[in-house]
Amino acid sequence: MQTRKKYIFLTFLASWLLLFIFGGDQLRRFAFFSGRKAEARRSWPRWTDRSVLKSFADPEELQRDGDPSLLSPRERRAAWLSVYRSSRCRMETCFDLSRCDRHGFKVFTYPQERGQPVSETYSKILSSIERSRYHTPRPEEACLFVLSIDTLDRDRLSGHYVRDVDEKIRGFPLWNGGRNHLIFNLYSGTWPSYTRELGFDIGQAILAKASFDTQSFRPGFDVSIPLFPKEHPQHGGDRGWLHRDSVPPKKKYLLVFKGKRYLTGIGSGTRNALHHIHNGKDIISLTTCKHGKDWEKHKDTRCDKDNVDYERFDYQELLHNSTFCIVPRGRRLGSFRFLEALQAACIPVLLSDGWELPFAEVIDWGKAAVVGSERLLLQIPSAVRCIHPERVLAFQQQTQFLWDAYFSSVDKIVHTTLEIIKDRLSPHRSRSRFLWNALPGGLLVLPDFSTHLGDFPFYYLQHGYSPSKKFTAFIRVVSQAGSLSQPILRLIQAVSGSQYCAQIVVLWSCEKPPPPSGKWPQSSVPLTIIQGRRKLSDRFFPFGAIQTDAVLSLDEDSSLSTSEVDFAFSVWRSFPERIVGFPTQSHFWDAEQQRWGYTSKWTNELSIVLTAAAFYHRYYHSLFTEYLPAGLRELVDGLAACEDILMNVLVAAVTKLPPIKVTQRKQHKEGVAQQAECSEGAAGSPSAPHPAPARAEGTGGSRRFSQRQDCLNQLADWFGYMPLVSSQLRLDPVLFKDQVSVLRKKYPSLEK
Amino acid sequence: IMCASAKYNTRGPALIPRMKTKHRIYYITLFSIVLLGLIATGMFQFWPHSIESSTDWTVEKRSVHDVPVVKLPADSPIPERGDLSCRMHTCFDVYRCGFNPKNKIKVYIYSLKKYVDEYGTLVSNTISREYNELLTAISDSEFYTDDVNRACLFVPSIDVLNQNALRIKETAQALAQLSRWDRGTNHLLFNMLPGGPPDYNTALDVPRDRALLAGGGFSTWTYRQGYDVSIPVYSPLSGEVDLPDRGPGPRRYFILSSQMALHPEYRLELEALQAENGESVLLLDKCTNLSDGVPAVRKRCYKNQVFDYPQVLQESTFCVVLRGARLGQAVLSDVLQAGCVPVIIADSYILPFSEVLDWKRASVVIPEEKMPEMYSILQSIPQRQIEEMQRQARWFWEAYFRSMKAIALATLQIINDRIYPYAAISYEEWNDPPAVKWSSVSNPLFLPLIPPQSQGFTAVVLTYDRVESLFRVITEVSKVPSLSKLLVVWNNQNKNPPEDSLWPKIRVPLKVVRTAENKLSNRFFPYDEIETEAVLAIDDDIIMLTSDELQFGYEVWREFPDRLVGYPGRLHLWDHEMNKWKYESEWTNEVSMVLTGAAFYHKYFNYLYTYKMPGDIKNWVDAHMNCEDIAMNFLVANVTGKSVIKVTPRKKFKCPECTAIDGLSLDQTHMVERSECINKFASVFGTMPLKVVEHRADPVLYKDDFPEKLKSFPNIGSL
Repeated sequence: MQTRKKYIFLTFLASWLLLFIFGGDQLRRFAFFSGRKAEARRSWPRWTDRSVLKSFADPEELQRDGDPSLLSPRERRAAWLSVYRSSRCRMETCFDLSRCDRHGFKVFTYPQERGQPVSETYSKILSSIERSRYHTPRPEEACLFVLSIDTLDRDRLSGHYVRDVDEKIRGFPLWNGGRNHLIFNLYSGTWPSYTRELGFDIGQAILAKASFDTQSFRPGFDVSIPLFPKEHPQHGGDRGWLHRDSVPPKKKYLLVFKGKRYLTGIGSGTRNALHHIHNGKDIISLTTCKHGKDWEKHKDTRCDKDNVDYERFDYQELLHNSTFCIVPRGRRLGSFRFLEALQAACIPVLLSDGWELPFAEVIDWGKAAVVGSERLLLQIPSAVRCIHPERVLAFQQQTQFLWDAYFSSVDKIVHTTLEIIKDRLSPHRSRSRFLWNALPGGLLVLPDFSTHLGDFPFYYLQHGYSPSKKFTAFIRVVSQAGSLSQPILRLIQAVSGSQYCAQIVVLWSCEKPPPPSGKWPQSSVPLTIIQGRRKLSDRFFPFGAIQTDAVLSLDEDSSLSTSEVDFAFSVWRSFPERIVGFPTQSHFWDAEQQRWGYTSKWTNELSIVLTAAAFYHRYYHSLFTEYLPAGLRELVDGLAACEDILMNVLVAAVTKLPPIKVTQRKQHKEGVAQQAECSEGAAGSPSAPHPAPARAEGTGGSRRFSQRQDCLNQLADWFGYMPLVSSQLRLDPVLFKDQVSVLRKKYPSLEK
Repeated sequence: IMCASAKYNTRGPALIPRMKTKHRIYYITLFSIVLLGLIATGMFQFWPHSIESSTDWTVEKRSVHDVPVVKLPADSPIPERGDLSCRMHTCFDVYRCGFNPKNKIKVYIYSLKKYVDEYGTLVSNTISREYNELLTAISDSEFYTDDVNRACLFVPSIDVLNQNALRIKETAQALAQLSRWDRGTNHLLFNMLPGGPPDYNTALDVPRDRALLAGGGFSTWTYRQGYDVSIPVYSPLSGEVDLPDRGPGPRRYFILSSQMALHPEYRLELEALQAENGESVLLLDKCTNLSDGVPAVRKRCYKNQVFDYPQVLQESTFCVVLRGARLGQAVLSDVLQAGCVPVIIADSYILPFSEVLDWKRASVVIPEEKMPEMYSILQSIPQRQIEEMQRQARWFWEAYFRSMKAIALATLQIINDRIYPYAAISYEEWNDPPAVKWSSVSNPLFLPLIPPQSQGFTAVVLTYDRVESLFRVITEVSKVPSLSKLLVVWNNQNKNPPEDSLWPKIRVPLKVVRTAENKLSNRFFPYDEIETEAVLAIDDDIIMLTSDELQFGYEVWREFPDRLVGYPGRLHLWDHEMNKWKYESEWTNEVSMVLTGAAFYHKYFNYLYTYKMPGDIKNWVDAHMNCEDIAMNFLVANVTGKSVIKVTPRKKFKCPECTAIDGLSLDQTHMVERSECINKFASVFGTMPLKVVEHRADPVLYKDDFPEKLKSFPNIGSL
């Protein structure tokens, strides 16, 4: 033991001496060298006469930058029209804005011609447009036209290649040189060079194309879309794969790639180099030579070993278990891999120089992807290693948001394309870049409602706003009685008693005219009566009379007390993006019948808050009326009682969160007969605002019940998934039913 | 390779080495001797030189007139015209920039020369005041290097800010003979006034081959997106006139046009607008009858009224910025400075720094054809938004327009962001004015995810020596269905944890970590052993919580994964008498905090608590052995902007053998200390982040008249 210590000591001593003699000298020289460098460091001189230097321009010259002899603005614009065409098209020169003035942004799709087969993908795109709220069947109303000819695949070698497109297009009377047309394309050019050639003259049409390169992209005119597979769902779409937020990212791999290695031809430069960064531990980069018929002809020395390694890993497994995914160019610039990585929350590391990224006009890709350079492949590992764990988490979440907002279905891709074009038509009524890149995404934010962020329920926290301190009570009346019933009088009294109530708006949905103003109860808040059109969807129309952020939606026979209203409103102010209300219902998956079930019985869960008594943001009226396609509202109008389910589904689809139930007093009006309805059928029956436990479902009740269940299934079908989310909680006042003095409690009456 | 980012210790507080004390001392002594020796060596060898080098930092003092003269032969080469297809990946040599831990590009500035042609006539003015300021700013910035071999970007000292002031062919020749010109690769030119009569090109006419152009007045046809940088036209008035920030709010005029020499066609349109809307539109022009000595550029007239320029811009809500012969106008800078919202009417104009600035938040862009509709378009903008645009406009001026330095640094930063995209400055940093940066929160867990129930939670029990109580807690908590792991943090260094065989046998893994020091912060360390997102922090004496109560707490956390979900709630109040915050543990109608004696939260907050806690809060907590829960409440509320969720009626942690540290303790000193914590933390955070709410979460059917056995959480506990 003693000798060992001695040896250790001696070693230390020796190494110290060595360092002193040799290393020290080396270091010294190095330090001296850098010291000299610092000495030589020269900055830009401080000129002695810098204060008398002349300005770059005379003030007069800067302010009078005009020349009346120049072309007049109108002439100049006219001249542009002839100069800036085809490859230099811009909205100002190649798009006829005046077509959109009268009817707004309407899109016409050419009727399908017989004997003109259309690929599955293109028919999905067409049906997305037809399902959108902008579609019009009348060409004279249209602002934008979409061809019925399938232009997606312009690879001559492909089976979907349509011949003689030029000829066909020229035959269309509406073509007009391509003005106001939108052309979709996924593949252009063919082996070996894969040019941007489409094989026909698009004229002045806007091109929405995948794998767009920045050089041929006409900024502010074309739209770059992602490459998506033909199995991409029409609507709905799978959710992202990120189920947990962890820091540091708990993934097995840091960076992965598995794909083809091109031995020759375009794109081979990048793909050939990818194997260099493989380290077999946290960086897996696997390539195979096996593709095409004659790969063995070009095969090099690596191929056989690579092909063996390649089989050892599963692509899906790598995708699931890696933090970053390399998305290199293929033959073309874009690849399916891009969307796959996005969905998998595997942060894309793009190696595709000159690719105009999908929707880059509005999407800030710097927040969701690492835009690398093909030339700097070898720096990628160290660059991604250096990204802070918090930033990685933010990246991951952003991939999921973008995937869900713009890419998960053909509908979303097509609607995003349309919205981008629509935003250009009136720049002052368009979405700011912030809106496109923050939850819930650009498609769900209507600039026609407002361009002020504080008017939406989504951005309060991000921008330091708070929702308005008052609400509007919005009461729908459908009852027949010529005079006002007792319940509604009580309701007006209770609601107007709330200190937060700014106004009461009554939607009178009866044939009979409303009672004269003298008949209405006197209340401290202004009362407005709106004559409705007697449609169920009317209750969610964005009436101008509603002036506050918060709407308290009520049926005439709802029974609420002032403190219930007060408490619910205080809760809503904490959750302004959700529906906050009293009676609730829930949905469930009925495995036996293979469909969604619905129950109004008392359960431990809830996913629907009845709008017979609920707070929500007034923006949802606009979304309901403007965002949802007319067909969906017609469906609801046709059924007896489904509009509230649709509203719940809509809000859940926007927020991805469940509604909130708040404390409700015990109901006293059990078994009150249903109000006489003002007309049979059409207006539907006002629902009882409270779910009676084990209510005896009468014949009317069961019809209503089955209609609601059908409705729920139709909505799930239309959305492509079931947006409703369940919650297991109810929010009560802090001292609710606690055994403390009533005097201490702020809302004692809720406990009666 | 070293990362710029800090390496985080993921293992946790170091475990105590199992070395015998005697040996340890020996080794430590030995090691420190060697270390001392090394330090002495270093001092001896390097000391004098380091002093020398730090003082040598010479700044030349010469006159501009003394710079060397370069004669350009008539036949010296001219670069090719700018290549419109240039992009970063085709015309820029990234290899020159390299990977570096700071992620900063290096910029070299050529030294100043005076260029003359064969006949000795000057090619251009040597350098303008603004260009000198710009180069000085670059030279003083972190981007600068004087080593031409290490540079990634080259800035010629040839001043091309104003095309009118230079001879095009000769300037091009001067560029071509720069030592590293190489077809203009990685060279950056700054130009603000491009083009000249009669056609006024929208980009600099000087042939420049592959050089990048930072230009004012690009149109969509000349701007090479992702390659060029669009910059403002600097207004020298910014330096001369001090316009104090007027703040947002209504102003005397609604629309104002201050530009002189507008095209008559535009003027007609504006006059029509004025005729229609009267007083609220003010249409200014140059003054015709000014007395001598008054600079015409500082006055504007409407009929016989004389206004000071640019002060008058502050009197209007919107200010029109029309294109002139060129697209870029210096008036834009004046308008922004005045906090007036610019109404930009210049089709195809690329707005300054549009690659990073969100101009929709600060301006209104109206197509030329829609000029007649201007009034109604502007009227449709909500007042609150106008106020924000005013604030935003002023902020853009302050940050990116006010000086040549601001313009230069923003330009370099944009290029830097392209080369190191993974270290790029975010949208928020570019665009949010300081007031918004202060009042807004960006929730790090912003995605609305409801974590799957199957993940479960990890219970973290901090314990010192109450073994008996600890075992009871473990037994109780292990009954909760969603518990997936139990982690005991053994905070006692003087005593070993009980032997394995003595621990209760439970159905989930039980891990014990020993800490190096008895610190409260150990409770919030992001241990690797925590594999779930949900963490249940629980004290070793909390035995009164029922299994239903805990399971329900977890279910509530799943619905609010970015919040603290706890049982007894507490409140902070403003004490008007003492003028400070006060801690309240009475049974109030409101809550703003929950005790972390038992609380669910996301593991991410452990990470934040350990590595990102502002100021000295962490040390303060460890020193005072108190308030770690208040600190956590502050942290979470501050980063998410959201309130806590109190669950179930539970008001206190009552237990027979509990000692003093029960939150409800009437111990006066305890309350004083807690209040002190709140005040201390509020001052460190610079604000009071806690949010007060009136609600708590109960099971849907809580206290409802419904058979208990059908309820999911029948045994939800009591006060």
